[in-house]
Amino acid sequence: MTTHVLGDTGILTGRSLRHILRSPDTIITTAVTPIALMLLFVYVLGGAITTGSDESYIDYMLPGILLITIASGIAYTAYRLFLDMQGGIFERFQSMPIARSSVLWGHVLTSLVSNLTSVAIVIGVALIMGFRTGAPVGAWLAVAGILILFTLALTWLAVIAGLSAKTVDGASAFAYPLIFLPFISSAFVPTESMPAPVAWFAENQPVTSIVDTMRALFAQEPVGSDIWIALAWLVGILVVAYAFAIAAYHRKLS
Amino acid sequence: MTTEAAIRVQGIEKSFKDLHVLRGVDFDVARGSIFALLGSNGAGKTTLVRILSTLLKADAGTASVQGFDVAANPGDVRESISLTGQFAAVDEVLSGRENLVLVARLRHLKDPGAIADDLLARFSLTDAGGRKAATYSGGMRRRLDIAMSLIGNPPTIFLDEPTTGLDPQARIEVWQTVKKLADNGTTVLLTTQYLDEAEQLADRIAILHKGTIIQNGTLAELKQLLPPATVEYVEKQPSLEDVFLALVGDTGDEDDGETETVDVETSAADRTVRARKEPR
Repeated sequence: MTTHVLGDTGILTGRSLRHILRSPDTIITTAVTPIALMLLFVYVLGGAITTGSDESYIDYMLPGILLITIASGIAYTAYRLFLDMQGGIFERFQSMPIARSSVLWGHVLTSLVSNLTSVAIVIGVALIMGFRTGAPVGAWLAVAGILILFTLALTWLAVIAGLSAKTVDGASAFAYPLIFLPFISSAFVPTESMPAPVAWFAENQPVTSIVDTMRALFAQEPVGSDIWIALAWLVGILVVAYAFAIAAYHRKLS
Repeated sequence: MTTEAAIRVQGIEKSFKDLHVLRGVDFDVARGSIFALLGSNGAGKTTLVRILSTLLKADAGTASVQGFDVAANPGDVRESISLTGQFAAVDEVLSGRENLVLVARLRHLKDPGAIADDLLARFSLTDAGGRKAATYSGGMRRRLDIAMSLIGNPPTIFLDEPTTGLDPQARIEVWQTVKKLADNGTTVLLTTQYLDEAEQLADRIAILHKGTIIQNGTLAELKQLLPPATVEYVEKQPSLEDVFLALVGDTGDEDDGETETVDVETSAADRTVRARKEPR
């Protein structure tokens, strides 16, 4: 049976990608809010923000916007998983001779594809608004790797929410704090401008190190130790979320 | 192995916290027969079906399907069964045909497209095959659901309340399908709260009550439990179902769902009331 894990995952990923193709609004709504935020910050608030460097403000805040895009996009994964369980198709899959982990991986890979599509749309709009980087291919690949890790980590959090939610609203409500987290980080303003306790929180939460790493990669500056702190956070969240998601999955089946 | 029962349930117990749903259930189902598990709401029918289809683990006792233990060899059990749950488990975003192709591919069968087209024809869904399942009527959705369960010809099929919420014509269609399945050698375990359904379909009937099987036998055997029949003269009145079916025609081949707008609720309620009159 294990020989079919990849094939089954592929088939189930194809199924939920088809859901997205039939309602592309899930990708568009995921991209609309970050784009609106970007317009707001660049053209309204940005003029009053001093970042302490001479780079343009959109270059400064794009990494944070990309994280917000992903944080709002993963809520759809929890939503789709919840609907599968409510509709009974989840139980049909569970009673069939298919690899059980494929059911979750299908949703996770779909989340990866749809979120990276939303991210590409947001980067496209940012380029129109004047975002510029001379980053070489290697730096772009590093940014892509960080965004993929971030998506996977948050998607497994979404799987926990989708599996344990009692209502549709509950399945997607968990994403709000995640969307808010970049605002209390170095994503939009330097942490030095914040009151001491807030600055302490901002400097020690995962978003700041991730944002600083991506910003340095785009600006072709040395990433320093930030990249290791960022990777430690990302891998840590991914492993813990994955473990809890699998535990929640097994609880469903006992 | 051929002499062995298709389904064997011995001393199965299951509790959810303080609620003892199953308190030691025993029964065998012979190969190629239709076995009806009868019980009121909350009797534990669904819990038992979920244990047999490896969705739930029993607290005590053993159960096997086609000779495979549900706890020790769940993978082999899943190869030998198909589950049609209480709620039609179809993907509403996909079309009827895409649903069938999906299941055929997940069962690793050759030529999923041909399998899908064949089943659409068998279940009178060919015209609706390209439409999203979300647009289907209740009866069509149930037919699609059962068609999905037949893919790969599993030797055992579990039908958990397959006709709950269906109108009379759709019920008759489902009954015809189940009879055809058993004629072709498939073992069918059916749960129902409708007594006439068990009477129509089942080779053997077991009554699940308060977590145990309180009776298990053929219809004739169960009838003998009550005092012998007495002869009474009763004026033969057509039932509401007779009237309904005579008015709308009971061919049951409607694909457009139009006929389902007739007040089905009344008739379903009538059924339930009639069922409740029997001793439980």
